[in-house]
Amino acid sequence: MSELLEVKNIVKKFKDVIAVADVSLLIPTGICFGLLGPNGAGKTTLIEVIEDIISPTSGEVLYKGKPRASSFREEVGIQFQQTALLSFLTVRETLATFQNLYQKTDDLEDLMYACHLKEIQNQYNDKISSGQKQRLLLSLALINKPELIFLDEPSTGLDPQARRNLWDIIEKVKEQGKTMILTTHYMEEAEYLCDEVAIMDHGKIIAQETPDQLIAEHCKGETVSLPKENFKNRVDRVFMDHREIQGRIEIEPDNINACIKELLSQGVELTDMIVKSPNLENVFLNLTGRQLRS
Amino acid sequence: MNFKRLCAIFIARNREFFRDRAAFGWNFLFPFLIIGGFGVIFSGKGYTEYKIGVFPYPLEIVSVQNLKIPEQFQKNSYVEFIGFKTLEDGLEKLKHHKIDFLMKIGSPSHQYWLSDSSPKGYIIEKVFMASLQPVDRQPIAEKKEIQGKEIEYIDWLFPGILAMNMMFSALWGVGYIVVRYRKNGVLKRLRATPLTAFEYLGAQLLSRIFLLMFSLVVVWVGCDLLFSFHVEGSYFNLFLVFFVGGLSLSSLGLLVASRGTSEEFTGGILNFITWPMMFLSEVWFSIEGSPQWIKMIAQVFPLTHMLTGVRKIMNDGAGLPDVGLELSIMLLITLICLGLGARLFSWNK
Repeated sequence: MSELLEVKNIVKKFKDVIAVADVSLLIPTGICFGLLGPNGAGKTTLIEVIEDIISPTSGEVLYKGKPRASSFREEVGIQFQQTALLSFLTVRETLATFQNLYQKTDDLEDLMYACHLKEIQNQYNDKISSGQKQRLLLSLALINKPELIFLDEPSTGLDPQARRNLWDIIEKVKEQGKTMILTTHYMEEAEYLCDEVAIMDHGKIIAQETPDQLIAEHCKGETVSLPKENFKNRVDRVFMDHREIQGRIEIEPDNINACIKELLSQGVELTDMIVKSPNLENVFLNLTGRQLRS
Repeated sequence: MNFKRLCAIFIARNREFFRDRAAFGWNFLFPFLIIGGFGVIFSGKGYTEYKIGVFPYPLEIVSVQNLKIPEQFQKNSYVEFIGFKTLEDGLEKLKHHKIDFLMKIGSPSHQYWLSDSSPKGYIIEKVFMASLQPVDRQPIAEKKEIQGKEIEYIDWLFPGILAMNMMFSALWGVGYIVVRYRKNGVLKRLRATPLTAFEYLGAQLLSRIFLLMFSLVVVWVGCDLLFSFHVEGSYFNLFLVFFVGGLSLSSLGLLVASRGTSEEFTGGILNFITWPMMFLSEVWFSIEGSPQWIKMIAQVFPLTHMLTGVRKIMNDGAGLPDVGLELSIMLLITLICLGLGARLFSWNK
């Protein structure tokens, strides 16, 4: 698989704050690449440098092996985290306006059908729900049949159903073999959509692999979670490694059977016990000692 | 430059203007209201420049014919007499500059009161003193009247109001909106497309000039139906001067909007530009006789040159060569503002 995008030693400083600290990435053609990290990790800054919206303090971005030319904007589609659109335009008119800004474009009807916008095509773009707005923004990112699509926190603020609808549309775009770069602080979103994930914290990439590899490498196995009061002030007696998160004691045992036996032998109540499969949240927790959304 | 992209933004901006009913309506209503109001005020019959209090008088509204005051003084134009029951009532109003002059009815010694700090009171005092002179002892002065067609005040004021409306519409319509679009991320979204800054600014400029000229024609026709205006020169020349003036004002708006995301700050800058421009460009009153430095500042404003050109054509029947200087200066202002605006323009916050 050839590299579509190469990010070399990007640094971005805002006065004294280093938002992106010497980040390098290789993004192959046809994958969905996820940048996962908490708010303020530098994901949006990094993606906007790659999009050529802001200039890096230092470093270089190569697209198809060359510095980005003016044709770059014809070949990429961008969905920003937060954006307003031209006022007093309907959904259809908004799409038509953006369609006229590109040379090569998708069919408006097909795009509206794919993004479930047909029913609201005659509504003003600021009079639609947040889920519909995100689908409209996604369709604007797709209007020029881009080879590379940037999605910055595409499902932030959406309810679970609207998020799932958006993921389905993104899945279909993925099936067309498009390359996508997606930033998110939802580990479920990264796990569901991304072929490869880079975890970002404090402006740096701290891990980068497929979601499965990251989990396998940085998590032991299942996590046992119990309310703290179940331990009846005898948390110190638990011999296994554990941590306290939001009033619950979490243990990542090597052997879950042995763990449960030990808990019972210590007289710990198992009421409200949750056994969780490891996920990217655990990866981030193990790497940084913090939760993604803390 | 890509014409398709420019057209797309031009159409989108025009749709926004025509669909924003409140702003759209106000754009037309405002000049109608101002011109209508001033048309009534300055039509000659109801207009008064000086307010003279008289006492003792039982009513506020005074019947001038029955007043026992010098006859010559009664005959003055642009004077309104207001009645007061007592001296105290009149003095209270005089003290607060609600009236310019106060006199006692039927006083053999022609008693009067005025505030020394009132310029109008000073003038009225002179008029009053002159009216006390017997007619045969008044100094001889030869009156010469202006030859040719008289320019009504509304013919002088009308182009000023239209030009002022254009100024506000151009500066706020371009400056404020571009800054708002930068603040809420619309410009950033457009930056992610192949649209260039030149195409975007060009579309904004063309859209605004189209809307300015459209508004101008509608307001002109509407006002012409309500009031009678006299245009001595060619309508085409008039339209051309308004067009070039609109270009220069819109370009100034683009320059103001080239940077920044604070609507409050931009509002302050726009006020800082528009208010002195309105007063020094002779929209409302002439600055003839003002210090030279004020006249020099006035020359910086495109509105000054637009109004000079328009009034030359409308009031004096000037041709294009006569307004060549004004057109050239406005085109120069357009080029400077556009060049600087494009150079300083920023899509991002």
